[in-house]
Amino acid sequence: MGPSETRMELSQVGAPLPKRARVETASPLRAMMEMLVAPRTLRALLPAVSLAALLIAIFWLQPRTMSYMGLNLLLNLAIPIALATIAQMFILTVNDLDLSIGAYVGFCSCIAGTLLVEAPAYGVLALAGGIVAYAGLGALIHLRNLPSIVVTLGMSFVWLGIAVLILPRPGGTSPEWLRWLMTLRPEYLPFPIIAGIVIAVVVHFGLMRTAYGAILRGAGGNPRAIERAGWSLLKAKMTMYGLAGVFGMLAGLALIGLTTSADANIAARYTLLSIAGVILGGGEFVGGRVSPVGAVIGAITLTLAGSFLTFLQISPDWQVGATGAILILVLALRALISRAEAR
Amino acid sequence: MTAVRGAWSTLLDKPWIWAFLGAFAVWLATIVFTRGVGGGEVLTAAFTFAVFFVIVGIGQMFVITLGPGNVDLSVPATITLAGAVSTKLMDSQDGMILIGFMAAMGCGLGIGIFNYGLIRILRIPPIIATLSAAFIIQSLAIAYGRGLRIKPPDLLADFTTARIAGVPVLAVVIVGLAIVMSVVLNRTVYGRSVIAIGQNRRAALLAGITVEWTRFATYTMCALFASLCGYLLSGFSGGASLNMGEEYLLASIAVVVIGGTSVAGGFANVPGLWGAALFMFLLVTMLNTFGAAAGIRLIMTGLIIITVIVLAGGRRTSG
Repeated sequence: MGPSETRMELSQVGAPLPKRARVETASPLRAMMEMLVAPRTLRALLPAVSLAALLIAIFWLQPRTMSYMGLNLLLNLAIPIALATIAQMFILTVNDLDLSIGAYVGFCSCIAGTLLVEAPAYGVLALAGGIVAYAGLGALIHLRNLPSIVVTLGMSFVWLGIAVLILPRPGGTSPEWLRWLMTLRPEYLPFPIIAGIVIAVVVHFGLMRTAYGAILRGAGGNPRAIERAGWSLLKAKMTMYGLAGVFGMLAGLALIGLTTSADANIAARYTLLSIAGVILGGGEFVGGRVSPVGAVIGAITLTLAGSFLTFLQISPDWQVGATGAILILVLALRALISRAEAR
Repeated sequence: MTAVRGAWSTLLDKPWIWAFLGAFAVWLATIVFTRGVGGGEVLTAAFTFAVFFVIVGIGQMFVITLGPGNVDLSVPATITLAGAVSTKLMDSQDGMILIGFMAAMGCGLGIGIFNYGLIRILRIPPIIATLSAAFIIQSLAIAYGRGLRIKPPDLLADFTTARIAGVPVLAVVIVGLAIVMSVVLNRTVYGRSVIAIGQNRRAALLAGITVEWTRFATYTMCALFASLCGYLLSGFSGGASLNMGEEYLLASIAVVVIGGTSVAGGFANVPGLWGAALFMFLLVTMLNTFGAAAGIRLIMTGLIIITVIVLAGGRRTSG
């Protein structure tokens, strides 16, 4: 079944047989219970459980949020954050870190708020340029074996600089169609929830269920094996950075659709939020172990954490601190589970 | 003749020489643009401001030298917290300078222990650990320092801004500190341990180096240097502010890398920090002198940093 099981069997090589026979004769119900509390399952469930706990706490504090409109308001801003988190996840998959995603999302929303309205063709061209730049960065970082942290920190200045040139002070307007999309009111399920599910499912199938997705994750997990098997690491890295560019752009578009005006610094928080979101969602820092569904859940959890503090009437000063505390708490729980697994 | 050429080529072999050459080139470009006006003033200002980059750079350099994945992202938050705490405690009184300093160092010590504790107990990569810590420290600083408008003690303000014959006193002190830290890096068991761990952690462990103790000492030292920077910066800039640490995330890492320290760890040098810090300041000064708009200035800063990293990344034999 899982790696833990395999390890158990390995450790039992040479052990008396009866013990093993007993495991096999266990009732199906007990086997199911064992699977449910297995460290592997617990770890996979951790992001969803933290989200559920937070949601219940919010409902309890402010029952009015338990409605269509309430959920809509609560989760609206989670869409761009979830998209940015997915972008960050692509970079983390290949063992890099993008410290420019916030500035890039700001750049994209500035383009969308100005060029895309006034001269749509140029707007599209500029956004495409951003994606190409991202893919190029991936190539540069791979070919010259550069530290992604420094390169992307440098790029954050570039994106911010361009955004400031386009839009020296907050302004611009959202393109009509974006405004329409982001204020959709579908029946039964609020739009942010549908959007979250769509994002999670699409990325999950693309990255976790396709053959090339496995190669892409392998480029982070075991680059040498991927290279020896004849796959181009350069291409994998460019694809991942390019995808990060695409999702960062989507985040920028979603953001301006919600706020209706842009600003160069509009998404400055997203850089750190997106990293926290990926980690909260069960992504690991090295080895291509990520979870798209978890990343979306992580982003939503972080968005809700802000509202939670507001409902508790805690000063917004502690907003960032709460993010850190949640992060540490979840990581501590994960460390505990891993330790149980090792035992 | 050959001796001169030999000396020249050994100098060119030094990984830190490029940062100084870059700083000199940028300075020269500025002076040519102004036709020689203000050359001395620009240099004085460069040394005055570079001091703070160097202080945080030293701590970050030791951390980065520990090997891939080691970087302290909590430096900006630590600067802000130490600045806020010491300024509030000193309350503009000269007599409290030492207590303020101790408080700043206390912040650094606490943060260093916290950072290392997270890395060790949660077994998470240092980047994530220091990032999570930074969130909390930042909040502490914001909550503690809200509405903080306290002037630093006159004595501290005078000391951090003092100049003798155009030479900033603080710069001289920090040059001294850099020399001491260079000795620590190259001549002490601790410094050699840091380098050894960065080159091959497993080999270092097998050779009997106390890897975990060294890592603990390094993260704590980095937080202490960041706190020192926050303390001095609050004296220099007339008080603590909530965004005083902001630019130091990029600066602390960039100064280390531009200075010729290997990002992959295991190879470090202190002089390069000074060269890189001067380069970073003079670069902004040059762009200002050229009258570049804010946007252009940002773009150029970013592009030049990337260019330097691309060039430096190609040098495999840094050390």
